[in-house]
Amino acid sequence: MDIHEYQAKELLARHGVHVPLGGLAYSPEQATYRAREIGGSKWVLKAQVHSGARGKAGGIKLCTNDEEISNAAEAMLGRKLVTQQTGPRGKLISRLYLEEAVDIAQELYVGFVLDRKEERVMIVASAAGGMEIEEIAEKAPDSIIRATVDPGVGMQRFQAREIAFGLGLDHNLIGKATETIFSCYQVFRDYDASMLEINPLVVTRDGNLVALDAKMSFDENALFRRPEISELRDKSQEDPRETFASDRGLSYVGLDGNIGCIINGAGLAMATMDMIKIAGGEPANFLDIGGGASPERVAKSFRAVLGDKNVETILVNIFAGINRCDWVAEGVIKAIREVGVTVPLVVRLSGTKVEEGRKILAESGEAVIVADTLAEAAEKAVAAWRAAKKKKAA
Amino acid sequence: MAILLNRSTRVIVQGFTGKIGSFHAEDMKRYGTKLVGGVTPGKGGQTHLGLPIFNTVKGAVRETRAEASIVFVPPPFAADSIMEAADAGIKLCVCITDGIPSQDMMQVKRYMMRYRFEDRMRLVGPNCAGVITPGQALMGIMPGNIYLPGRVGIVGRSGTLGYEAASQMKALGIGVSTSVGIGGDPINGSSFKDILKLFEHDDETDAVVMIGEIGGPQEAEAALWARDNMRKPLIAYIAGLSAPKGRRMGHAGAIISAFGESAQEKVEILKEAGVVIVPTPASFGEVVADTLARTKKAA
Repeated sequence: MDIHEYQAKELLARHGVHVPLGGLAYSPEQATYRAREIGGSKWVLKAQVHSGARGKAGGIKLCTNDEEISNAAEAMLGRKLVTQQTGPRGKLISRLYLEEAVDIAQELYVGFVLDRKEERVMIVASAAGGMEIEEIAEKAPDSIIRATVDPGVGMQRFQAREIAFGLGLDHNLIGKATETIFSCYQVFRDYDASMLEINPLVVTRDGNLVALDAKMSFDENALFRRPEISELRDKSQEDPRETFASDRGLSYVGLDGNIGCIINGAGLAMATMDMIKIAGGEPANFLDIGGGASPERVAKSFRAVLGDKNVETILVNIFAGINRCDWVAEGVIKAIREVGVTVPLVVRLSGTKVEEGRKILAESGEAVIVADTLAEAAEKAVAAWRAAKKKKAA
Repeated sequence: MAILLNRSTRVIVQGFTGKIGSFHAEDMKRYGTKLVGGVTPGKGGQTHLGLPIFNTVKGAVRETRAEASIVFVPPPFAADSIMEAADAGIKLCVCITDGIPSQDMMQVKRYMMRYRFEDRMRLVGPNCAGVITPGQALMGIMPGNIYLPGRVGIVGRSGTLGYEAASQMKALGIGVSTSVGIGGDPINGSSFKDILKLFEHDDETDAVVMIGEIGGPQEAEAALWARDNMRKPLIAYIAGLSAPKGRRMGHAGAIISAFGESAQEKVEILKEAGVVIVPTPASFGEVVADTLARTKKAA
């Protein structure tokens, strides 16, 4: 789960990391009011969306008076910001953050990630901050410093100190940098983060070390013990199709195709989507109904998939282990009768209680296209989608 | 004995009396697994499904000489249960639980390192379908009837996609020595490489099917190991061809976040390492049959 920049900064500041003075605004009036609260003569107005690369997309503006702040706020609020990371749909700007502008002497990069190879938290730092880490890796690979944390004892101060020296900082900044890096690690660990990025961490002209931007993601599996993080969720930053599904306990990812998928198991779901692609179609979504799915749950899945107006065909592929094909078949019929399925529907059932499931479908009298194998299911779904499209066009 | 598990492996269930634990314990017993008891703290001394319940894993090991444990404990407590098993001298622990925090898993793996290599427990999972040695024993949640006993090993992240592969193979009369689900989490007990090593040294396995997916470095690492060390044919499929970057596809670990983690890139790395690629998830059966026929001819 991602959070906003201002939320990440609040967390970090609470643990001793220096951040610029700033305040949240939901309107142009609030933004100018924040400027007076903060004081000074130069401010930065930043769109709060769950994405990096906001500057290039027009989501960050330097302002020197009320009028500029007000105009910039007016231009941003309610708009969708499309960055390199958001995809073409963009993300809605409904919150702004106004900060005092900082005189920058040097920009650094500090990031914390879960390294899957080492199976530990890894710290990545570079004196070439300001660009994305991928760009640093390409343009200044030698500037990258890495260290991993032993989960048994946690990060040690010497590790933070080594990084501080490695960044080539002035001697009077080593203490501050060590504390900053150490505090960041503590926030990462204490809140079960999966990613924390301070880019840039800046050295100011007056010799301070300030986190100018902050990005954080959290381990969703750990949210049960981090209620204060769960509260930071902003549904306006999510795909509404995904919010609908996740509120109903379904694992769903919205994509851009036309063939809706209802599948059990993440691996089989990905494989079925691949098969649709190989057969010449495009999947509209990833959806895993999970194990032991009741007819009600299957019907809910249909609601989630049909909530996407681009869906022109549905493919149900179930390989039942702890699921039951008869329950799934009942759910399919329930969905047709209660939710209303007007698009072609292909169903492939396999595994536990498959005969019973097929019988339910056959005896229902509903227009269900049945397939025996994965290949057949994908081919029939793509063929049905093409036929429906042709009919629509005619 | 195929790998990891056979009909004489003595198994206990952690989270024995819960709904899920009970359901699968019965299923495993029916399949032929030598279930010798279970652990539910506070219910020690009672019986469940005709088997003794213990308060601690140590107690269960002492009384039943259990060597293996399967964990159905809910996510907040699962890491603790795994470490308890490791400390009690369990040799093989299969953790089915989905949803364990990554930091807990980091600690589990660190904790396991405190034991000498010879005494160290092997962990399979979490968030996996478990282990089955067809015709002998089941330590997991897979439907036993879709596996034909045989001589091809399967190792995969996903449960249901593993079923798909096994049933395609069964349809062509190809059986399985052991099938191992390593799970869909970013940090797991056994990697693809760990399991490949076991299959390579197993006299009852002739070839191995590896079912990978997007995210993480394990498939590439396994392929490089296989290139340099494996004499048996390795056949692989990578799921997630149509998965966009940066989106988590169901499994906590199925996310493309770095170079080399997409399905296309992994397939390239595998091909270069000489791994036989299953081009579509509908062709597991065919490709395995072809590979076995070719190997036979060459021998």
